[in-house]
This record gives sequence, structure tokens and C-alpha cells, in this order.
Amino acid sequence: MIVDHVSKTFRIPHQQYSTLKERALHPLRRTTFDQLRAVQDISIEIAQGEFFGIVGRNGSGKSTLLKCIAGIYNVDRGRILVAGRLSPFIELGVGFNPDLNARDNVIINAIILGLTQKEAMARFERVVDFAELHDFMDLRLKNYSSGMMVRLAFATAIQVDADVLLIDEVLAVGDAAFQQKCFEQFFRLKREGKTIVFVSHDMHSVERFCDRAMLMEHGKVIQLGDPRAVGRAYHEMNFGQLAHEAPALDDAAPGEGTRIVDAWFENEAGERVSAASQEERLALCFEVLFGADVEQPVFAATLRTELGHTIIVARSDQHDMQTESYSSGERAIARFAIPNWLTPSRYLLTPSIASAGTGEKALALVEDMASIVVHGSSVSGGILEPPVDLTVERI
Amino acid sequence: MAVELAGEAVELEQHALHAPHRVYGPSALGGGLQRFWSLTFMLAKTEFKLRFFGSVLGYLWTLVRPLLLFGVTLFVFTDILEVNKGTHEPHYAEYLLQSIILFTYFQEATGGAVPSLVARENILRRVRFPRLVIPLSVALNSLFNLGLNLVVVFIFILASGISPQLSWLELLLFIPWLVVLSVGTGMLLSALYVRFRDMQPIWEVSLQLLYYGSPIIYTVTSAAKHHFFGISFAKLLVANPFAVIVTQARKALLEPSAPSAVQAFGGYAHLAIPLGLTAAIFILGLWYFNHEAPLISEKL
Repeated sequence: MIVDHVSKTFRIPHQQYSTLKERALHPLRRTTFDQLRAVQDISIEIAQGEFFGIVGRNGSGKSTLLKCIAGIYNVDRGRILVAGRLSPFIELGVGFNPDLNARDNVIINAIILGLTQKEAMARFERVVDFAELHDFMDLRLKNYSSGMMVRLAFATAIQVDADVLLIDEVLAVGDAAFQQKCFEQFFRLKREGKTIVFVSHDMHSVERFCDRAMLMEHGKVIQLGDPRAVGRAYHEMNFGQLAHEAPALDDAAPGEGTRIVDAWFENEAGERVSAASQEERLALCFEVLFGADVEQPVFAATLRTELGHTIIVARSDQHDMQTESYSSGERAIARFAIPNWLTPSRYLLTPSIASAGTGEKALALVEDMASIVVHGSSVSGGILEPPVDLTVERI
Repeated sequence: MAVELAGEAVELEQHALHAPHRVYGPSALGGGLQRFWSLTFMLAKTEFKLRFFGSVLGYLWTLVRPLLLFGVTLFVFTDILEVNKGTHEPHYAEYLLQSIILFTYFQEATGGAVPSLVARENILRRVRFPRLVIPLSVALNSLFNLGLNLVVVFIFILASGISPQLSWLELLLFIPWLVVLSVGTGMLLSALYVRFRDMQPIWEVSLQLLYYGSPIIYTVTSAAKHHFFGISFAKLLVANPFAVIVTQARKALLEPSAPSAVQAFGGYAHLAIPLGLTAAIFILGLWYFNHEAPLISEKL
């Protein structure tokens, strides 16, 4: 599949004149438009059999791009070439009607997805088997739970005959067992040489399935390549950066073999803890085993919430601390002691170490290596609970 | 990049795939006849099913409206106003019913088509399919209703003592005519509605005008007695394809002695007007719909 310099601009009128009366009353007023450049000059090549993920924040143009590829929107410039049959839909469960029973809905959905009535009937049993909803086929869809609905939609969608599948936000719901089944189907499609392009917010599924991924922002490609790297870039875009950029897997960096062997939290008494109360001081600690001679490395610790929001980034070079030089085989423990102003929740420590002066590339980095639960009585709703000296002055 | 391309070439060879083809945006037609028909039929059937979902009388409700209109009109015009007293149109009641049923089809098919694209937004924005399917499915759904309603009309006709005639087969000519007229109008209106939301009230008013501007309550025979600027009203009706259809239906189904459309409207040459008008509406509708089709999913 080739996407060749594709652009798509929407014209959004400042004032919507959608009735004749308004047109008649203001015949001379030219409608002014805002140009929303949803997709700007994007070129990508996707090989047959490739799983390609597109990630980006809301409004980054990723769904618009998918709709252009699917032929739902006209492109303004550029062209799109596809070898093989292209699935005509981009979302699961299109045309589902809550007032009809599941049986009718499966047939309707299958026809919308491109099957004929006959094919839809013939494959009906397979859909039901896959969805495991035998007992609920005569139930109206409005009585289905959202999970059941997704199962039905997914089971129908995989019956489609296409070489290239385009899917927007695929695995949003469904219990763990069903998700596993979906994953198996994905791998089956992959073995069969199908190409899948999917748009998602869920970095886990992107990293798990995709051969390559693309990060979009404001209609442009920010990053294209290894899904892990793209995932990280996406995370940073959303939640702030880690102290160091993770070492690329294929990069033979100097100081190779340097590992972070352990990471933990310590209380004031120097004991390892997995939970801490709000009043105590807390230290973020990790142990490094050097695999090469490293001069004055930079130690860093990043503390994030479970959602991935970065709360604290502490680096040894920030504090004008001159670290020593280490030779291969030596070990070192870094401790970053902080006053514990965190609001009660669970936090994750990402330790990293980088050689001095090399900029951002880390020698070693382990995401979310240790965790701590902070407990306390004070829940203000903010992320931090620093001591507050309050004065109110009448003036 | 070179490696990647080589890999792609190998893959292509292995699976012996089709040559790359260009993806174009949405269109009115296209995507294969089979898919076009499957979708149209399925949407029409679903709509038909849903319409009376959960109602006890189900389909009978489609009949209530035209029958009630028929009953009330018959009562007001023949018993209160006694319009039929002087003229004594034979089979006036049957004519009234049959015309109302035919008009109901036109009304449903066009009135339903107006908001159809907007109502189907969820499919339009998520699936690539020929856009024309949507107004066509509305016309098809109304055709299902017409088929059932005609059964009632024929029961009524037979009960009034008219025996089946060969000329009933003329239905196979003017029903398709009516369908072409409705589909043409439907295509035009549904595409216009995406831009101008006031098409709905405009069309409702127009339908009302058309109802009284067609020989439904009256017949072409009584219309011939009225003149505007020296031209009989019946002659003016020739500009209304629907008037021609119901007039011919009257002769074919009810009253062989009634004037045929050719006689009523002044010769075969004059029939070119309603036929040409129907063709013009259809072509205009198709052209405009086709013109708008690529942009419909964005403008909803």
C-alpha cells in the first residue's frame, strides 16, 4: 500500500448557513472558512503482510487519514494505491441496530462489510461460535452488554474477505479471555499475509502487534518506525518525558553491558518499603552494574503515576553533582531522597543511567521497575500534597 | 529502503497478488452491482422491519393513514359537499382509494428520501459504499408498502363488482414510471438536504400542493370543465406526471370507458411532456447526486 503525498483539508465555515432563508437574507455575505488541515502531505509505504499502527492524540488526523485510505473521504492532493482488496469499513459494528435481535444484526453488519446475503447466512454459525453468544442470538441488541456487543462485532468483522484491513480503535472492550482470542485472530491474519492498518490509543496493542508504527500530530508524521520507540514518543507527548531516552535495542552504545540490576524505595530508616506514609521522607534507589568503563555517568530517576504522568524527574547532573568514574564490573547505588508530598496512590520508578555528555541516550533504562504505594489521610485532589502555610490577610 | 522494497517484491510474488489499484473517494455508484443490490435490499428490509417494531398491528398501520384519508375525503366530498351528485363519476370511491395509495407511495418515497443521508450518518462516515444505495433503499422500502397496499386496493376493486381485466397489466408500466419519478426526486432532494436543511419543510408544502394539483379527489373528467385563460384545467395537468399516471390507472383498472391519458391530455404528442419531465427530473437528480456524492460524508 502506498500513500503518496496525501493531504486533506476541511473547510469549516465560521457561520453555518445551512438554510435557504439565511442565504436569502445574506446573499452578499461571503462565508468565511477556517482551514482545518487534518492531514498534511503524508507519504508512507506499507508492505503486504505488515501490521501498521497509527497513534496520536485526539484530533491529530489519524482517523481522517484512515478514512482517506478507506475511500470514505476524498483526498485533496496526492494519491493512495492499494494492492489487493481493501476492507470497506473502519469501525466494528457499523449499522448495528439496538432494536433488532443479534441474528439480524450480524447479517446486516456482514452485508455492510461487503458479504452477500448468501455468504452472510453461510458464515453466521462461525460468527456465533467465535462470539460464544449462542444463547443470546434472539436477544435484542439493546439488551446486550457493551462487551457482548464488541464480541459480536469483532466476530463478524473477521469474516470479511479482504487483503487489507483498516481498523479504528479496535480492542477497546472485552474481557481478558476474549481479548486473547482476538489476539489469536490477529496472528492468524498475520500468518495469512493480510495487511492491517490500525489506529489506536492503546500503546500495548500497538507494541504487541505492529511491525511498524507512526505517530501523528497536527496532521503530520512525527515519528515512523519501531513501535516501541513510537510508543515511547507518544507517551512522552502525553505525559511528559522520562529523564533519558531509552537505549535503542540495536544500538551498540559505549558502555554496553551496563545494567540496572535492582530498584526500590527506602524509608528514612533505610529500609526497603513497598508502601509509605505521607509524612516520611522517601528515597528512590537503584543499583547499577557497570559493563564497561564509564566516566562520570548521569544517574536519573523518573517517578510516574500508574497512568504514566511524569511527576518527578531527578538527575544527578541537575544538582551539579560530579559523579565518579566507574570501571567495568563495578557496582553503584544511587539514592534520590525526596520529601514525600505525593498524594495517596501508586507510583512507579523508572531508573536510568547515561554516560556524561552523550546527551539523551541512556546506557540503561528500565521502565517502571519498582513501585510504591503512598498512603495517608490527606486527599486534596491534587497530585502533590506539599505542606501549606496559609495566611489570609484583610487589606 | 532498498531492502524493504525487495522484501515487498518477494512477498508479492509469494501471494501472487493483484496489481496495486488506486483508491478513489466515495461515489454515487461503483463497487459492483452485487454489493449495490445487497446493500439496497438489506437497508430497505431493515427499515421495513423496524418501522412497526413493537407495535401490535404492525404492517396494518401503514394502511391506516391512506385509508383514513380516503374515508374522510369520501365522506366530506360525497355526503357533505355532494360533489359527485351532478357528475356521477362511476367508481369514484375506488378511484379515490387507488389514487391516494399511489400518492402515498410517492409521498413516502420522496419524503423519506429527504433526510435519509443525514439519518444514515453513522454508516456514511464509516464504510465505503455507493452512496446512491441510501435514497434507493428508501424508495424500495416504500415499494414494499405499495405492494401490500395494492392488495387492499384490488380487494376493494373486486368487492365493488369489477372483474379482472387484461388491462390491469398496465400497472407494470405505470408503477415503474412512478418509481422512476420518485427515485429521481428522491436523489435530488436527499443530496440537497445535506446542504440546505429547509428542504424538508419546502418539500412537505410542495407535496401538499401536488396532492391538490393532481386528480386525486377529483378526476380529469371534472377538471376538464374548468378553464384558466381559455385552457381547460385538464390540459394543464399534463405538466404533472403524477396526474397522467392516475388518469391512465383509472381507465386500466376501473373504468374502460374513462378517457385514457392520451385522450384526456390531447394526444400522444402531449404525453411527451410528462415523460420528458420525468426523465429530466431523473437525470437531474442522478447528476446532482453524483456530483455531491464524494463530499456527502464530510458535509453531514
